[in-house]
Amino acid sequence: MNRRPAPSRAGARPRSLGLHVIAVTVGAFVIVPIAFGLLGGFKDAVQLSTDPVGLPSPWVFSNYADVLAAPSFWRQLGNSVLIALATTLVVVGVSALAAFVFARFAFRGRELFFTIFTVGLMFPFAVAILPLFVLLRAAGLLDNPLGVVLPQAAFGLPMTIIILRGFFRGIPGEIEEAATLDGCGAFGFFWKILLPMARPALATVSVLAVVGSWNNFMLPLVVFNDPSWWTLPLGVQQFQGQYATEWARVLAYVTVAMVPALAFYALAERRLVSGLTAGAMKG
Amino acid sequence: MRAAQDTSRLASPPGERRAPSPAAPAAGAAAPRPSRGHRLRGRLTIAAFLLPALLLFGLLVLAPILVAVYTSVFKWNGLRGLPDDFIGTANFERMFADEVFLGDLWRGAVLIVLSLAVQLPFALGVAMLLNQRMRGRAVYRMIFFAPYILSEVITGVLFSMILSPDGGLANLVLGTVGLESDWLSDPSTVMPSLFLVMTWKYFGFHMILYLTGRQGIPHEVTEAAQIDGAGSWQVFRYVTLPLLGPTIRISVFLSVIGAIQLFDLVWVLTGGGPAHSSETMAVTMFQFGFKRYQVGYANAISVVMFAVSLVFALVYQRYVMRRDTEGAITAMRSQR
Repeated sequence: MNRRPAPSRAGARPRSLGLHVIAVTVGAFVIVPIAFGLLGGFKDAVQLSTDPVGLPSPWVFSNYADVLAAPSFWRQLGNSVLIALATTLVVVGVSALAAFVFARFAFRGRELFFTIFTVGLMFPFAVAILPLFVLLRAAGLLDNPLGVVLPQAAFGLPMTIIILRGFFRGIPGEIEEAATLDGCGAFGFFWKILLPMARPALATVSVLAVVGSWNNFMLPLVVFNDPSWWTLPLGVQQFQGQYATEWARVLAYVTVAMVPALAFYALAERRLVSGLTAGAMKG
Repeated sequence: MRAAQDTSRLASPPGERRAPSPAAPAAGAAAPRPSRGHRLRGRLTIAAFLLPALLLFGLLVLAPILVAVYTSVFKWNGLRGLPDDFIGTANFERMFADEVFLGDLWRGAVLIVLSLAVQLPFALGVAMLLNQRMRGRAVYRMIFFAPYILSEVITGVLFSMILSPDGGLANLVLGTVGLESDWLSDPSTVMPSLFLVMTWKYFGFHMILYLTGRQGIPHEVTEAAQIDGAGSWQVFRYVTLPLLGPTIRISVFLSVIGAIQLFDLVWVLTGGGPAHSSETMAVTMFQFGFKRYQVGYANAISVVMFAVSLVFALVYQRYVMRRDTEGAITAMRSQR
């Protein structure tokens, strides 16, 4: 099966060494800034100014301890989690219903409606942010998590609907016929058969929704004035403003704020990567 | 038993049809007409399933954009009610006479050119590297993609310290070769610095796209070229690269759109400064809208930003991505 000519051993070694040298260089470009943050958090001000690159000596734990002991940090973490989960629930639920109709019903205006949603892919958040702010203010949704959750869900609809519709279309009609014969209504088929079958697609769109919500900055920035609703990105930015001169503290805060995303990534790398790229390819 | 079934339902796409073709007319016409009751129930079901999405999308996406367009022809501080001081195209005239806004366009173009000329080829190179058989490539891939999942704010705060003139990592390292600067506060270095941070954050994403695209190219194709005597550069240039076309075109598209709408990174790194020298359209809009309460003018900027993205998207999809729907060999063609 493998017909490729075997590389001569003599040539293979130096070549693979060269590849590793390049890969390690690129890796250093990526990791050094993160390591700078991680290690910087273990230093004090003097160490940071005299030796920003080396290992901390002695290791200072108070910066991290302070961050982890701060109620505001945990509050922001909780807010981020709450908002990400709520956004995901809304956008996936609402999109699944719509995608079901787009995938498996024939009705007048279907393509028109679907096109409207796909054009929505082109609407950047930034264009709508001012009127959205005015609207949310009029609806009394400022300093209310719904003021972030609902717009995030709304802007997530196009991508989610497109991905789910594609998946729903691929499910064979025989299954639906069998379900109908067994007395399943439209909703019964959707709820009991289609959704369980669509788990991989649901996971993909959920990943997109969670990551999008987790990293969103602009919308929470204008909606949340009250610090008790701040999400992690807002907290990090605010913390930098507040402790501009105390680098070690800021670096500790930034590092701790990275942990949830990196942990999620380490645990669900494949799902995350395939989800994020599927979004790009299908959009 | 077929008659009992509600024929307004699309029974299914016929088994073999893989790619959904939007052009296919809803094939209900040939089937026997369903009874009134069934049709009504079918319509109610459709409406009930579609309503939440339409409401959410209409109220929170379409309406704000329409409001932005509407208010862009008014002088309005955005404080209460609807604007009433109609000024026609004055906001747009002001915008195209405003050096900051014209600068935004220029800087956007610079970022796009840099992305396409440096960041994407770099990502492509790294992807080709990781496509080689080498030990630990899964680990490398994982590391290279990691910045993409960190938020723009975390990235921005981290790099604002790294690039800081007093005690920043950049000066310490580059100082050894005599390259020191106040990277983010010097108008001549702020854009390259911003671009460096963008590359750090986004190259891994494009790398993964290319890697996925490369893995979609069948071994037989590249092997055939090798057997015909092509060297590795020739294989890349005349086989791999053309077959990666659809992936590259998507990645270029995303890169351009991202540059047009860039906000978070700039806001956190520089706020657009010094003296507007790193400002983007979105940052200018935000400044006028939320800091200076010139909401009408800010919305006019939004409208132009939207128009630029839309025109680019339409032209690009019409003339550049069109080829991709006409049967590329790879599995990576965009699955619209």
